[in-house]
Amino acid sequence: MAAALKFTTSFLQLKKPDTYSLSRFPSHKSSLSTKTFVPMAAASLTSSSRVLGLAETFTRLKQDGKVAFIPYITAGDPDLSTTAEALKVLDSCGSDIIELGVPYSDPLADGPVIQAAATRSLARGTNFNAILSMLNEVVPQLSCPIALFTYYNPILKRGVEKFMSTIKDVGVHGLVVPDVPLEETEFLRKEALKHKLELVLLTTPTTPTDRMKAIVEASEGFVYLVSAIGVTGARVSINSRVQALIQDIKEATDKPVAVGFGISKPEHVKQIAGWGADGVIVGSAMVKLLGEAKSPEEGLKELENFTKSLISALP
Amino acid sequence: MAAAATTTTTTAGTTTSTCRVAKPYSSLAAFSPSQLPFKFNKVTSRSNNSIRCTLTRNPFSVTEMDGKTEFDPALWQRPDSLGRFGKFGGKYVPETLMYALSELETAFYKLADDREFQEELFGILKDYVGRESPLYFAERLTEHYKRPNGEGPLIYLKREDLNHTGAHKINNAIAQALLAKRLGKQRIIAETGAGQHGVATATVCARFGLQCIIYMGAQDMERQSLNVFRMRLLGAEVRAVHSGTATLKDATSEAIRDWVTNVETTHYILGSVAGPHPYPMMVREFHAVIGKETRKQALEKWGGKPDVLVACVGGGSNAMGLFHEFVNDKDVRLIGVEAAGHGLDSGKHAATLTKGEVGVLHGAMSYLLQDDDGQIVEPHSISAGLDYPGVGPEHSFLKDEGRAEYYSVTDDEALEAFKKLSRLEGIIPALETSHALAYLEELCPTLPNGTKVVLNCSGRGDKDVQTAIKYLQV
Repeated sequence: MAAALKFTTSFLQLKKPDTYSLSRFPSHKSSLSTKTFVPMAAASLTSSSRVLGLAETFTRLKQDGKVAFIPYITAGDPDLSTTAEALKVLDSCGSDIIELGVPYSDPLADGPVIQAAATRSLARGTNFNAILSMLNEVVPQLSCPIALFTYYNPILKRGVEKFMSTIKDVGVHGLVVPDVPLEETEFLRKEALKHKLELVLLTTPTTPTDRMKAIVEASEGFVYLVSAIGVTGARVSINSRVQALIQDIKEATDKPVAVGFGISKPEHVKQIAGWGADGVIVGSAMVKLLGEAKSPEEGLKELENFTKSLISALP
Repeated sequence: MAAAATTTTTTAGTTTSTCRVAKPYSSLAAFSPSQLPFKFNKVTSRSNNSIRCTLTRNPFSVTEMDGKTEFDPALWQRPDSLGRFGKFGGKYVPETLMYALSELETAFYKLADDREFQEELFGILKDYVGRESPLYFAERLTEHYKRPNGEGPLIYLKREDLNHTGAHKINNAIAQALLAKRLGKQRIIAETGAGQHGVATATVCARFGLQCIIYMGAQDMERQSLNVFRMRLLGAEVRAVHSGTATLKDATSEAIRDWVTNVETTHYILGSVAGPHPYPMMVREFHAVIGKETRKQALEKWGGKPDVLVACVGGGSNAMGLFHEFVNDKDVRLIGVEAAGHGLDSGKHAATLTKGEVGVLHGAMSYLLQDDDGQIVEPHSISAGLDYPGVGPEHSFLKDEGRAEYYSVTDDEALEAFKKLSRLEGIIPALETSHALAYLEELCPTLPNGTKVVLNCSGRGDKDVQTAIKYLQV
């Protein structure tokens, strides 16, 4: 399996490894755990039923007066075995939902950090089957639901229906497709619904109110409020318009609202929770830690510390 | 063709008005303010030799056709209300851009009725760009392709290479810059591959005093250093794109990201009939002057229509500009020529329509070069302007409907044609255009004597001589 890690040239000519190696962390223990979860063996197909879905997760948190913490990482950066460990770390630190990014060659909605992570991941030979195989093994060990963040073309290539059934089979609960706006979602929504996957739609500061209403109506799991006009990536501060946008959405729907794009610090997280959001999504800052660490082990350690610092800023 | 069109496009202040024009449309004055750049016709019924059309403010408000008549091009919606050409096209972009796209679409339709805008555009196209561009009979090229018995097709070149800045790209850049001014946007961004669209955009920004930022792949900047200098000389900022493969597709992605970030102040002048709706339609309309002039000039020169139209296809803007006017004329063959690079089976080509599969890239559904996982594959062509892994959605539609034919030629064949036109006609064509020219080798022997071929000479080749020096012995 070590060969899977050796690819260095352009990913386009590569043979794609369909499996991934966990060998780097053979003795990883879930010593980080602050939550209880049921460890289980390789069999996985039925695992998803024991973990709450996205909307249910929000309902449970609301009952406890809590705000959801939703980290994002890119699959396969620096490699899939690290991704597998990172998912476990994020889960055991108390993340409520994890967004897992499928690397794509042309990620239009992503800023430099996530773009670079995707490029590295693909250059390493990460492909969708390898991600599935990793998830198949890891999801049963997680106590929080996974939402896949993927661009549309990889879904289309696989076939929408097949894609949905495949990700459902490995225990994925939700789906975010950043380059499919409301008008184009009809088929995706139908197939997602059929497979009991929650298709999360995005609304942004440039979205007119009437359109926002249609989006929140169609969104499943939660409403993803993009906090900034722009691509993903850390910002110095959070646009104060977000507070009003959260209120607008709250007036239009009872569905939970999670805010993402540009959030990177405990004070951001606290501010957004204070504005009444039901969840906060942190992506690039997480991806950066893993991508820039001297070693995967160090990256995971930093990820753990960072996640804890963000979660402790939440009610 | 006596019946001059009684088009009422520009006077369509009311919701609809009707007109009767002889089939195939009449001798629409190809280049007059009243015809530029918009002319949306929706056919509601037709008989043997005339069609009845309804001109509407919003062409998409037309009710659906009864029955299965989709094989009649005149009944196709190109595009429909969602910006789709059949299943192709659409708007696959981040939500942040959706408002800007609908704002753009609204502005575009509004300007169709705006006399002042039309006249301003007409004036600039005439006095600044140098339109109309000639339809030139290529006498020695025609001679070259004659068969031993003296028979063969007659070859005409639509001289877009004579436009200011040396290619067709300026038609669209000018119109979009004017549109940006109307939208109150002072900051312009664009992507460029070969640099032609970048130069055209930098030119119009200089002309209108707009801030201009051009995204260009770092690799392309090396290949096209002359154009980088031209853009900078014109006052544009050229930003190198290092992400991905550092070529046109990455420059396009980066331009879209800039637009997502600065959408409230910025207009994106997309350079091809690609991208999300309304771009494929809008860019086509801004280039449609090529086909309209061709119809008029053909009528003047031989009292008829062209029989075959030939154009190169990367994103496909020069081809759509020429084809659009004739899509409904089923007796006119439409031929697009793609770049086969090192060969169709080499894996190093840009023949998207020939070898691609349907997918979504840069906001539209179309044919794409992609791998088994749906990742976009890097194309190859000697011509930087054709070196793109996607293609305009309307071309995908015309291909699937069988209305247009698409073929490909290799780098070597294009270089040979580059040399041939230089030697036979004293015209150095762009390497992009050379692909269309190279296809004449295959096409001409199959055509009956006297067939009128119009080839879009989309750009001049001065920019390519540095590339050609490496390959050609002259």
